[in-house]
Amino acid sequence: MSKSLNLYGGTVLGAAVLLTAAYNFADRNITPMPGNADMMVATEASPYFSLIAAAEASAAAQEGKFGLGRPALPEEVAAWDVDVRPDGTGLPEGSGSVADGEMLFSEGCAICHGEFAEGVDNWPKLAGGDGTLADEDPLKTVGSYWPYLSTTWDYVHRSMPFGAAQTLSADDTYAITAYILYSNYLVDDDFVLSNQNFLEVEMPNADGFIVDDRDETEAHFWKDEPCMENCKDGVEITMRAAVLDVTPEEEGEAEEAMEEVNAGTATDEVIEAVAETAVEEAEVAALDMDLVSEGEKVFKKCKACHMVGDGAKNRVGPQLNGVMNRAMASVDGFKYSNTLKEMGEAGEVWNDETMAAFMADPKGYVKGTKMSFRGLKKDEDIAAVTEYLKSFSQ
Amino acid sequence: MSSETNGKGASRRAFLKGAVAAGTAAAGATMARAAGEPDPLITEVQDWASGLGDGVDATPYGLPIRFEDDVVRRNVEWLTADTISSINFTPIHALDGTITPQGCAFERHHSGAIELKKEDYRLMINGLVDTPLIFTYADLERFPRENHVYFCECAANTGMEWAGAQLNGAQFTHGMIHNMEYSGVTLRTLLEEAGLTAAGDLSDKWVYVEGADASSNGRSIPMEKALDDVLVAFKANGEALRKEHGYPVRLVVPGWEGNMWVKWLRRIEVMDGPVESREETSKYTDTLEDGTSRKWTWVMDAKSVVTSPSPQSPITHGAGPLVITGLAWSGRGAITRVDVSTDGGMNWTQARLAKEGETKALSRFYLEIDWDGSEMFLQSRAHDETGYVQPTKTELREVRGLNSIYHNNCIQTWWVKANGEAENVEVS
Repeated sequence: MSKSLNLYGGTVLGAAVLLTAAYNFADRNITPMPGNADMMVATEASPYFSLIAAAEASAAAQEGKFGLGRPALPEEVAAWDVDVRPDGTGLPEGSGSVADGEMLFSEGCAICHGEFAEGVDNWPKLAGGDGTLADEDPLKTVGSYWPYLSTTWDYVHRSMPFGAAQTLSADDTYAITAYILYSNYLVDDDFVLSNQNFLEVEMPNADGFIVDDRDETEAHFWKDEPCMENCKDGVEITMRAAVLDVTPEEEGEAEEAMEEVNAGTATDEVIEAVAETAVEEAEVAALDMDLVSEGEKVFKKCKACHMVGDGAKNRVGPQLNGVMNRAMASVDGFKYSNTLKEMGEAGEVWNDETMAAFMADPKGYVKGTKMSFRGLKKDEDIAAVTEYLKSFSQ
Repeated sequence: MSSETNGKGASRRAFLKGAVAAGTAAAGATMARAAGEPDPLITEVQDWASGLGDGVDATPYGLPIRFEDDVVRRNVEWLTADTISSINFTPIHALDGTITPQGCAFERHHSGAIELKKEDYRLMINGLVDTPLIFTYADLERFPRENHVYFCECAANTGMEWAGAQLNGAQFTHGMIHNMEYSGVTLRTLLEEAGLTAAGDLSDKWVYVEGADASSNGRSIPMEKALDDVLVAFKANGEALRKEHGYPVRLVVPGWEGNMWVKWLRRIEVMDGPVESREETSKYTDTLEDGTSRKWTWVMDAKSVVTSPSPQSPITHGAGPLVITGLAWSGRGAITRVDVSTDGGMNWTQARLAKEGETKALSRFYLEIDWDGSEMFLQSRAHDETGYVQPTKTELREVRGLNSIYHNNCIQTWWVKANGEAENVEVS
């Protein structure tokens, strides 16, 4: 039975493929049609002939185009076409001062880039490095390396701050750009950057680039016949990776060792693990799972800085496993603001109330908090994120 | 983080452990044969030969069998501040052939891998075109499609090795590469659909391409390349692109640095000059010894690496027949030849290409030798169809210094010791 069914299916499919092929050829208008049409069509009575003819006619009417897609509306182009070029094309009207930029930078950028744009940990340094490009260890910043100011404006406006891109107004972007210039000693503290004076700013490394010249300067890499025998007298090791020793450790080695230890005597542990899982499930069951999944979506705003779940580690913000009903500022290895540390030491705990207050207005609730997030406006979002965090109780 | 970084020789210990275990097994088998004792795996009925295996549908979409769970992408944590804007590495030391499975093909994100549904996907073409257009995903599927295999290599691949041998493993030194078969529409087709009459003389025009994610990762591409072989791709290796590779639509820029292969492609703008975006000024520019920097270094030079034996893939079988294998590629065209040296570049032997090189795609090479069990300094040297020959690290440094970061295509050396272990070294 199945065999005959397959054969039948095959026949239908074959016909469909032929039809598609015919349409395709007609549509593409790349291969000269008459030749193909002759080959594929035996007589004019064939249904394919009229199909091809019709498609050919419509393709001709569109001058080789397919007529797919629709015209973009001006509002749509304006929404997406925001790139700014070295000559200032694309810059919107607006302005911002170094002073305003300093405040904005402190609030939204300093957590990664440092208060003075000097960079935190491995995050990019935006200032300094003047005159270091030929050094052993060059420091490439907006001031020392970037050839065009437009690049800074474009990137800040389009992609920063990390985790909240496309939220800065034109004026905010001018201000932040002005502050970055100031932190590189390229403008004074009373400077105001605008679309009017944008091109007057001189970038120190504007002339520091050449167009790819490998074809000329590396022409000797095109060799007729490289040496194959006795190419050098001897070979000596001049450097070993094992000396530097910065290769990541094989993952899973520790777990493997554990498995070996546990093999054969695992009964107790298994029982324990099963019991733990059961407890976890019971706790999770008490949660409003719809709200948890809502919270998971809202939490995307937090993810740039916070991890939660299996293997969560401290990042820009502390990991959040078990944060609910835990003392404030109590995650090991995270450097909290002094205020939050004091609150924790005073016995304050993250519960529905305190978490809601913090999420609604981080800087208002914890003065001097390192969290640069502006807060969640909607109560339902706060409730959802709280429920989501509860699902990671430990 | 320090616990993630190697304590003295920890990974070597792991490799050795594997090597020793395998060595013992081999010795055991040999002894069993020598004593004439039959192999119980053959003489005794095994469970799998008697009972039943999984039914169909046990895994509607299959993953590799659990014995292969070490063949995974790996990250080098100290390279970047955060995994959201970071890179990991293809386990090339454990793969064969040329096609990279999507599930272990390296990832590079600037603002994380986003989830973008086909239904929410829009592609805009604007700028100097006759009619600015918006395409949906369904629209793209109605254009004539092409299939091509291309490698995608991050410009920073091997970038950690400029100053010296640093990372111990082909995955880490050369794993910012993958090679897939793409299905998609040529960029030329889409540009012509919008109409290029308005652009006038095309010889000095550019396209700016950007993604839908927060980084946007905008890049400027000269029109000549855009009309040549650039693809707007939606399938890789026969199936939808993975989220981490730009689902549902990415750009494929054959032979050119991976950063230009914009993921989650959302906009193509025809322009009369480059944007000079962050990704083509502050990043992906190559600083020379005198402090000036090359820009627009798009093409990936010819390059190769021995993937096995290598630090993560030691020799475990002792002396005798040995397969030396590796990968070669060039952004300028097809690989025509690969030479292999076992003595650190004093003498070279032409390796066997598994098949004729294809343009801008990985080639697999093999050199079968009878290993005498003494130490080797393994190297490979790629030749491409333009006559370019992969340079030594010294040759490269003479032109570029130590601070280029990107485009390090030097000849790699693995020091294979008598016990089969291998280490990343530099030689005179």
